[in-house]
Amino acid sequence: MNATRIVLPALTILAIAATVAFTQTPAATGTKDPIARGRYLVTAMGCNDCHTPWTMTAQGPAPDMTRMLSGHPADAKLPDPPAGSEAWPVSVNTTNTAWSGPWGISYTANLTPSKAHGLGAWTADEFLAALRTGRHQGRGRQILPPMPWPMISQLTDDDLRAVFAFLQSIPAIDNHVPEPTPPQGR
Amino acid sequence: MNSTIWQTKGYIALAAAVSALGGCDQPPAPTNSVPLPVATTPPPKLSATGLWSDPSSRTLAADVLTYSPQYPLWTDGAAKQRWIALPAGTAIDARDIDVWQFPIGTRLWKEFAFDRPVETRFMLRTDAGWQYATYVWNQDGTDADLAPERGLPGVVPTRDGARHDIPGLVDCRLCHEGGRSPVLGFSALQLSPDRDPLAPHATPKSAGDVDLPALLARGLLAHVPERWQTSAPRIAARTPHERAAVGYLFGNCAGCHNADGPLQRLGLRFDHPLAASTAPALTTALDVASHFSRGDATHRLVTGDPEHSVIVRRLRATDPLTQMPPFGRHVADTAAVALFEHWLGSELPGLPVASTQTTQPRTH
Repeated sequence: MNATRIVLPALTILAIAATVAFTQTPAATGTKDPIARGRYLVTAMGCNDCHTPWTMTAQGPAPDMTRMLSGHPADAKLPDPPAGSEAWPVSVNTTNTAWSGPWGISYTANLTPSKAHGLGAWTADEFLAALRTGRHQGRGRQILPPMPWPMISQLTDDDLRAVFAFLQSIPAIDNHVPEPTPPQGR
Repeated sequence: MNSTIWQTKGYIALAAAVSALGGCDQPPAPTNSVPLPVATTPPPKLSATGLWSDPSSRTLAADVLTYSPQYPLWTDGAAKQRWIALPAGTAIDARDIDVWQFPIGTRLWKEFAFDRPVETRFMLRTDAGWQYATYVWNQDGTDADLAPERGLPGVVPTRDGARHDIPGLVDCRLCHEGGRSPVLGFSALQLSPDRDPLAPHATPKSAGDVDLPALLARGLLAHVPERWQTSAPRIAARTPHERAAVGYLFGNCAGCHNADGPLQRLGLRFDHPLAASTAPALTTALDVASHFSRGDATHRLVTGDPEHSVIVRRLRATDPLTQMPPFGRHVADTAAVALFEHWLGSELPGLPVASTQTTQPRTH
């Protein structure tokens, strides 16, 4: 397999993404501090698996926490993805932030509080609306694979607000994630 | 083309379903604040909503009025009929001419037909807010059944290989609750007697349709500002095609893109306050950089260059990642695209700045 491209069936890779070990230590549960609660949830739900670009380390690929939750790097120069096939429809790049499949190419979002390119201008209600409806900005196009929003939508309002509070507390990174692109030929 | 759309959507849905399996068969009930279906259960049949006095002959109930907005929403060419009923002795509070307040008990219906009636959408103002429901017509056209809360995709073919989706409750709320009024097609501008002859897909006002003067005459509007009792609302524009283009954006896009809803931070406004001296669509879209880019198009609407206008590309698009509106259609509105091409490409270059006139005297 080409080292620059990992091609796996969509369902398998979703499962793998959900079980990848994560480098942060979860905060203790039971806290009433929403930021600590949000940090715990973000850690346990594996948000960094896709929203933090991966890099190669001596121990193997791992999220680059200097770019924590800043989404697909705007400066990444990627060749066109492989065409995919019925048996192998999905591919993902080495940073684990660009996904190609029958829906087109999706790039993981910048979740940092960057006002220009992240969630800095969002309200908690908008964040909840997006994750409850599965629609971009709560009312636009569908949020694309591999984002597991139906699972996250099962969180309570308090937990979603805690996640948002944590995301607003982390360092802002002005990384302009590209728009998703439709399937080639459309 | 549309097999690709369905394949695309199928994978999106598949991924969502697989993600959902990470939960459990009976997911916990989150304390949802957004979106929240109202508690009142709509009737199981359309015939029980009060639209008809005689369902078998589809004779309208005595309190049901027909109307036709001058800037209709594009729904893949569906033929539409619309009705409203107010409780006896009540009136719409129109002191804010742009945001009418409807009395509790107000009901609205909108029928969508592709050769035959396919669905009828229903809104009811309750004391807890607006209730939304959609009814799917049976094959023999005798009645319509309440659709599932999640909607029904692809119920009938429409055109160009596309199929019509019955919206779910979330879709209803996304479109109707993105601005100041959940009622989108029944407003002073939409019901102006000064109808726009270039508005794409507008049906001529039928003899029985109520418009602004008819509502005033019937006493169904209260507290109407004096100005609007004598003047017909009209979009300020420099040319007829500009008027129609701004009106199209008002009718098709202002539900989300307005000054008051969740997307206000985008700074893109297609709402049209009647007191405004210039259409917000012109000041927020024309030659304004876009947050969204596609290919070499980087500005929302470009004077003299429709090909590089992001909005025109999104009107033309039929892929789910690009098209606008993002749902409610699968087929591009070619009449609207032609309107924008003519306005931007042929009319706009060399035009003076936007007019400040917002009304013209009523002539009838």
